[in-house]
Amino acid sequence: MLKLVNLTVKYGNFEALHRVNLEVDHGEIVVLLGANGAGKSTTFQTISGLNKPVSGHIMLNGQSIAGKSPDKIVKMGIVQCAEDRKLFQQMTVQENLMLGGYVHRGKKSRLRATLQEVFELFPILYEKRSNPAGSLSGGQQQMLAIGRALMAKPEFMLLDEPSIGLAPLIVEQMFKSIQQINQEGTTILLAEQNANAALSIADKGYVYESGKVVVQGSAEELLANEEVRKAYVGA
Amino acid sequence: MAVVNKKGLLFVLILLAIIFPLIVPNQYYIHILTLAFIWTIAVYGLNLLSGYTGYLSLAHAGFFAIGAYSLGLLTVKVELNYWLAFMLSPIITCIIGVMIGLIALRTKEHFFAIYTLCVGYIIYLIIDKWDSLTGGVRGLIGIPAPADIGFISLSTPLSQYYFVFIILLLVIFTVYRIVHSLTGRSFTAIRNSEPLAQSLGISPMRNKLTSFVLSTFYAGLAGALYASFIRFIGPEIAYTTITFDLLTYMIVGGIGTLSGPLIGTLLIVWLSQNLQFLQDYRMLIFGPLLTLIIIFAPGGISGTFLQWRARRKEKQRINMTTMKKQA
Repeated sequence: MLKLVNLTVKYGNFEALHRVNLEVDHGEIVVLLGANGAGKSTTFQTISGLNKPVSGHIMLNGQSIAGKSPDKIVKMGIVQCAEDRKLFQQMTVQENLMLGGYVHRGKKSRLRATLQEVFELFPILYEKRSNPAGSLSGGQQQMLAIGRALMAKPEFMLLDEPSIGLAPLIVEQMFKSIQQINQEGTTILLAEQNANAALSIADKGYVYESGKVVVQGSAEELLANEEVRKAYVGA
Repeated sequence: MAVVNKKGLLFVLILLAIIFPLIVPNQYYIHILTLAFIWTIAVYGLNLLSGYTGYLSLAHAGFFAIGAYSLGLLTVKVELNYWLAFMLSPIITCIIGVMIGLIALRTKEHFFAIYTLCVGYIIYLIIDKWDSLTGGVRGLIGIPAPADIGFISLSTPLSQYYFVFIILLLVIFTVYRIVHSLTGRSFTAIRNSEPLAQSLGISPMRNKLTSFVLSTFYAGLAGALYASFIRFIGPEIAYTTITFDLLTYMIVGGIGTLSGPLIGTLLIVWLSQNLQFLQDYRMLIFGPLLTLIIIFAPGGISGTFLQWRARRKEKQRINMTTMKKQA
């Protein structure tokens, strides 16, 4: 479904990604592992169109999307849920969600149905729908960020470190929700530091190191891989 | 409760504006207030772009002048029907706005402000130097007052006061609707973070241009009203000082708030009327005042009040929950 071929991205002279190859099939959860600065977020930003690649291809269902503007890419069904729960703090929960459905603004009834689905997935958001987003707790903000991305009805969701700064119990819930979203038909590319939790729900994974993919394989293979275990699972 | 209060307050304000000429039958005050309403309309336009979308335009006196000169030229030189000219003027301003916006919006932040400052000055220069079209420094004389609508005459100061007031109400209403629509929210989204807005599928250029053009529409409308109210226009209405007047009104009232432009304009116009005896030394008061506001209350009067109220509500909420827990 989504394929990166020899993708290279530079910030000035610094090469943030070096010839990255990656493949995600329909209905999968694929996890990107790696330390800070390894290139996970850069990969996401490049797929969503916020960064432009120097060379290489990004193919969605056989069609090249590299260099397209972000709003076109969202319309094609790829939505990014950025790191650090970037929300519109002063707007209410519902206003944040409605902005997420911006690309479908013409279809009011469908938007309302999607809003209901998001509220069913995260009932707490319904309770807090008229509170400003800034007043929510960390976990709730992450739910809102994911819910907002879901409002665009993506085929493909880019989730950048959804567990960052959350309590272990909340992280567990978060991963359950991600799994549920996936089972309802959204393909997910997930960047994580929490390798154990991420690999437990993923189909396969890629390990990044300073801009390159160094190890790749199915979730079981990665969990069994000695180096990956040492570096990211902590066992 | 809050909604009722807001509506009630609005009702009282409208009533006050309606009966104002009856309790203060002073031609001079009515004249000043009409003029203040016209400025307010322009400030609402500026606020839509600078306040809600986060792009500080310093070309708005230019667009104001384009609206004023469009009306002036169409009625004096082309001798067009007044109402046709009145409707065309903001549209002409919009068309020029689209062309300037397409280039200006490729820049951001300070650069956008600097670029539009230059655009504003160029508009002033064109009006000042293009003698054969605009009359240059001599200006345009003999602009007609609004034509009668049926049997309603709009040539007396009192009727003009009500006419401008009704237009102002329409402007506030439309701005209210825009700000609370999805389009308005996408403007705010762009102000908060352009990459974030982009990642939600919002096309920044299209939305910024929409905001820019809407904003020039209000400036042009205010200009057209000004021209038919004062009935003489010169190039100085496009000058940078007018831009900074508009900016002052907006910042004092509250940038990015709905009531800010109205509060700021009325307050500053009233103040400068009362400080008339100081002549240009008034700026010795306004300058430091503006600096203090930017440092200590960047939200202006309206913004600071809203913040204070939000904080008080939050405190009450916390008190309520702790009381519940104790009980």
